[in-house]
Amino acid sequence: METRKNGAEVFLECLLKEGVDTIFGFPGGAVLPVYDALYDSKLNHILVRHEQGAVHMADGYARATGRPGVVVVTSGPGATNTVTGIATAYMDSVPLVVFTGQVPTALIGNDAFQEADIVGITRPCTKHNYLVKDIKDLQRIIKEAFYIATTGRPGPVLVDIPKDVFTAPCELKYPDKVHIESYQPNYKGHPGQIKKAMDFILSAKRPVVYAGGGVILSNAAEELKNFTTKLNLPATTTLMGLGSFPGTHPLFMGMLGMHGTYCANMAVMNTDCLIAIGARFDDRVTGKIDEFAPYAGIVHVDIDPTSISKNVRVDIPIVGDVRDVLKDMIRLIPAQKELKAYKDGLKDWHNQLKGWNDTHQLSYKFEPKGKIKPQYVVEKLYEATGGDAIVTTEVGQNQMWAAQFFKYDRPRTFITSGGLGTMGFGFPAAIGAQIACPEATVIGIAGDGSFQMNIQELATAVQYKLPVKIAILNNMVLGMVRQWQEFFYNKRYSHTCVSVAPDFVKLAEAYGAVGLRAKTPAEVEGVIKEAMAVKDRPVIMDFRVDPAECVYPMVPAGQPLNKMLLV
Amino acid sequence: MRHTISVLVINEFGVLSRISGLFSGRGFNIESLSVAETLDPKISRMTIVTSGDDKVLEQINKQLNKLVNVIKVYDFTDEEHIERELALIKVTCNADSRAEILSIVDIFRAKVVDVSPRSYTVEITGDEEKIRAITELLRPFGIKEIVRTGRIAMARSPKQK
Ligand SMILES: Cc1ncc(C[n+]2csc(CCOP(=O)(O)OP(=O)(O)O)c2C)c(N)n1
Ligand SMILES: [Mg+2]
Repeated sequence: METRKNGAEVFLECLLKEGVDTIFGFPGGAVLPVYDALYDSKLNHILVRHEQGAVHMADGYARATGRPGVVVVTSGPGATNTVTGIATAYMDSVPLVVFTGQVPTALIGNDAFQEADIVGITRPCTKHNYLVKDIKDLQRIIKEAFYIATTGRPGPVLVDIPKDVFTAPCELKYPDKVHIESYQPNYKGHPGQIKKAMDFILSAKRPVVYAGGGVILSNAAEELKNFTTKLNLPATTTLMGLGSFPGTHPLFMGMLGMHGTYCANMAVMNTDCLIAIGARFDDRVTGKIDEFAPYAGIVHVDIDPTSISKNVRVDIPIVGDVRDVLKDMIRLIPAQKELKAYKDGLKDWHNQLKGWNDTHQLSYKFEPKGKIKPQYVVEKLYEATGGDAIVTTEVGQNQMWAAQFFKYDRPRTFITSGGLGTMGFGFPAAIGAQIACPEATVIGIAGDGSFQMNIQELATAVQYKLPVKIAILNNMVLGMVRQWQEFFYNKRYSHTCVSVAPDFVKLAEAYGAVGLRAKTPAEVEGVIKEAMAVKDRPVIMDFRVDPAECVYPMVPAGQPLNKMLLV
Repeated sequence: MRHTISVLVINEFGVLSRISGLFSGRGFNIESLSVAETLDPKISRMTIVTSGDDKVLEQINKQLNKLVNVIKVYDFTDEEHIERELALIKVTCNADSRAEILSIVDIFRAKVVDVSPRSYTVEITGDEEKIRAITELLRPFGIKEIVRTGRIAMARSPKQK
């Protein structure tokens, strides 16, 4: 007699059918049936040490590959521990599917043991979420969850599954199609708008390409490069857009915004045609909104209509998938003669940009006999890898230096929490990226404060023999907050000193990882070299850097982009 | 400016909180909200009265459309349409005032739906202006209680030229 499957077994089979190879999770009462089924499953399960870690790992996995990250946790505290990770993914449009166990349907609403209304809690930070009330809906909902997470503007979807649904008898019938009447993302840009945009771009004298994370999400880096180089347009990217355009390309001006380059910010403040592609005019990018790009007509390509004209008035909006739209735009690039005339017309503009670039470059003062400069560490990491690495960051100064002093030539090689700015993101994200890309060199550029927010995942990295390389720019302070206190709060350093911290080298060793330390500039390269040689376990590099160092340039919050504080 | 918006949604549990959560989370106003099933029981219609400048309304419209459960959003503002609300007004009455109240009720084509020795309960439907007008006229007699529905709206059929 054939034994029937239960919901939990079918759940895992649905994941396999969906092409999932790895799930990140942590067990508990409500998901015991799933963990029991996992015992016999060929799915790869990564046992984390905190549910927040699981979500950031799935997020790192998703950002490194473009495939959805998958999480399984228990009800109540397991579910609430995922919230920061979900909100992080939501702000950066990362496709995740998070499965939470829930108390049995009969107990829902009774304040049962380990009950939390996670669907209610995550409603505003998921793209969509579900409570599966009946086993007959389980497989359809799983299918829809993956579909919604990965199509249109991607984002996290949460599926809450009561324990009795997992134990109910069930037959595998995973649907192969999805139809959601009320959800039909639009990919194709309007041809009339595209034509209008191209006419406008071709009439511009001082155009600028401003590319964001949407280029990476839609896998459009190749198209962006074609478009930009064919027209010889200067390009800048947001923090989220780093890697969408080659960082070493002569047309690249560096990042724009609060800690953007002088050249990129001046370009935006003087352009007559701003071509925003998969970017959303975040306040960290625009500075004072009324004075942003004052001379520009703005073209904005984005898959999400709510991003258009939300912060900044847009003259030519194009709603569609960045990749599709760029392809259409490339088709409208004129033939040789006209193209040459256009490019000739941009010469003055390029000269002007070169002037700005020469006036002010990203820089710092290297003192061979002094303290280690954090920027120097980032540069040496770049040299050691030749840029061939996936870099994740924490949040704060370390994040900005990682953005400024490492060059990203390829998409999905720079992984950072841009929208939410979540300290504690970088280390688990590095683990997720390493699991997704076992051959890659994965470097986590970290702050001493942030690293301690998910430090427990060292055990996970050791357990799965993951050679992630964590470079702590250890300034013993919450550096970015300290910087604001220095500039804007009269150097009243209220509660930003975190010098009481573990010995990171000993800590690494206690976990079974490798710990290395550099205290002088002369030791930096040796430590990096040693770290790169480790292949079977994580490495923590403790770089004792100058705590007084600040991130420049800086546009103070609420100021226009050309009001930069420079070194 | 005030807008009356009609939102067709998939009739699932939680959909109301998605909509109201969107309004509160993004700082949009809701002045009134009414919800009921349509002819198709799988679909509900919400009629929302909100206010804001053009930019805010554009965002409200787009954000509503972005919700996975929302099928269609319709702003009646620039359209010929009919709006109705219903109110129940319990007004104090006595021998002297009865006749006068009844004549007001009559003029407004309202109805007395409950009577007690000391009060009439008046049912009135109409647009906001009409309900305000009758309320003002009944107020001097002493309004004990008033209950109003949210607004509902429907586009007028196109007129033949
Ligand atoms: C979870 C969380 N809490 C607080 C903050 C506010 N914050 C932003 S940067 C920062 C300092 C980070 O310190 P550290 O990790 O040492 O990085 P550093 O700036 O020193 O490089 C803080 C506290 C945050 N971004 N995330
Ligand atoms: Mg620090």
